Amino acid sequence: MPPVLGLLASDVDLFPLWLSLRVAALATAMTVVAGLAIAYLLSHKQFPGRNLVDAFFTLPLVLPPTVLGYFLLVLLSRHSALGGLWERVTGGPLVFTWQAAVLAAFVHSAPLFIKAARAALEEVNYRYEWAARSLGASEWITFFRITLPLAARSLLALGSLCFARSLGDFGVTIMLAGDIPDRTQTLSVAIYDAVESGNGALARVLVLIVSALALSVLWLANHWIAGRATRQAS
Amino acid sequence: MSAAVAIDARLIKRFAAAAGSPQFELNFHLQASSGVTALLGPSGAGKTLTLNCLAGFVRPDEGRILVQDELFCDVARKVHVPPERRRCGYIFQEETLFPHMTVGENLRFAVDSARTRSKVLRRRYAQELLEGFELAELGGRRPHELSGGQRQRAVIARALAAEPRILLLDEPTRGLDHRLRQSFYEILRRAKERLAAPIVMVTHDAEECFELADFVYLMDGGRCLQSGPLEQVFNRPLTVDLARSLGLFSLLPCQIVTLDPGRNVSRLRALEQELDGPYLPAHLKGDRGWLCVRRSELRLAAPGDRNARNMLRMRPQRVVKSTKGVRVEFADQFAVELGEAEYAEWRGSRELTVLVPPGAVSFLSK
Repeated sequence: MPPVLGLLASDVDLFPLWLSLRVAALATAMTVVAGLAIAYLLSHKQFPGRNLVDAFFTLPLVLPPTVLGYFLLVLLSRHSALGGLWERVTGGPLVFTWQAAVLAAFVHSAPLFIKAARAALEEVNYRYEWAARSLGASEWITFFRITLPLAARSLLALGSLCFARSLGDFGVTIMLAGDIPDRTQTLSVAIYDAVESGNGALARVLVLIVSALALSVLWLANHWIAGRATRQAS
Repeated sequence: MSAAVAIDARLIKRFAAAAGSPQFELNFHLQASSGVTALLGPSGAGKTLTLNCLAGFVRPDEGRILVQDELFCDVARKVHVPPERRRCGYIFQEETLFPHMTVGENLRFAVDSARTRSKVLRRRYAQELLEGFELAELGGRRPHELSGGQRQRAVIARALAAEPRILLLDEPTRGLDHRLRQSFYEILRRAKERLAAPIVMVTHDAEECFELADFVYLMDGGRCLQSGPLEQVFNRPLTVDLARSLGLFSLLPCQIVTLDPGRNVSRLRALEQELDGPYLPAHLKGDRGWLCVRRSELRLAAPGDRNARNMLRMRPQRVVKSTKGVRVEFADQFAVELGEAEYAEWRGSRELTVLVPPGAVSFLSK
């Protein structure tokens, strides 16, 4: 049996895998809900400062993860207003918890989703939406029954990309959630930890797991996008 | 407009000059009663913009829109009723049947959204419409599975399903072949009977006005150039530019030779020949302008025909095929349209005699 598989069969701590999956799932759900709302505002509403809002949500895509992590650390520390509020509501601090890892993954993946979801929503021919409104449908109903179904494939593909991106976040997560084994150690952080401590075999197993997961998710995203392209061509 | 006014819209909308497009201002007063009101004009005249203001998708900078005594928009009073509460059935240039729904679902979406009937009656009404527009067998099909004609019927049925207060049509036959156009006109005539609401139709095709319109607005550059009942506008265009843009008239430069108010006639000189015309009030002998006659009123006669009166002898320059047969083109912008069989008699003649009915003659001074 190859040493990697042997290691996999023995006592590899799978906590980072389960934590990463949980973090990525929650972060993706948050991204889809909040990102859709922001993308809709940016694609369908004219308001002063729209470009500034767009730039604000694009910023995390270009900032180094450490800078982003530092900002969040300052914004959510126990002494900050937001961090204090969280502590009053939940009874514990936010930073260096698995919830902080969710927030880190969310901040890491949401900008990508917002940017691409805006394009996907703008791609829906506005005349379908106008037709629905002229028939008497409210803006809300038009969004859920016309815009969303027509953009659904793109958005599903985007959601899966965000899941893959959340799964792989390292910089923001280590700044905000730290590297606490069995508490905040996600897969990417565990790989870093394994390499640092010279445990090459463990690092290889974890790398294989992350790669396989990311590949599956990307294949799924491509499958959805390809389905959409085929439908459009027909 | 004599009948009760159902739509009274005063609209001003300005667009600043942008890259590739000059400054534009729509300044238009539309009054429409029941029946079909056509907005006719070239691209960029402001026709679609007018429909978008009526439907509530564009807010005018100034003005007021009153539809069947309900205020849709009053800029001064900051009133803007959202599109979904205006109930304007809007048929766009592009087909907008929702592609992810079947035809039946498209209609049910409309009746459910309009909420003009109780839940029980909505499904029955949608079914009635499917049957009324011969779509009952196709209710389970998606739009891409329908033929062009079936899609047209579905689009109109869906617009009627919402029981609109007004129906807006934006170049609905653009891109359709002759057969589909005729079928569309037929469906729309049926819809007109079903629907008591006024219909406002945008078109750049004068022929389409003859098929459907009762009242016409000629538009260009964001303004109304002439309006009136169909026959009035198409028999008496106000200016040479309008006559040219309609593409239905033959024009020749001419001069007034005689004005006889006693016999209610005038005499005009064109191409060194003289013709009778109607009396031209507010004009003087010697005035120069354009003789304007609907092409369809002109006929050809044999050169030696003794019964022929009021005629022009002219050399044909070009003969082209047209939808009505052939169009014989002479100097300037003078042309005669006639059937191919009728033209066969004169084919090859180097000079033709064109009969100009005096009653059909207009004199345009600008």
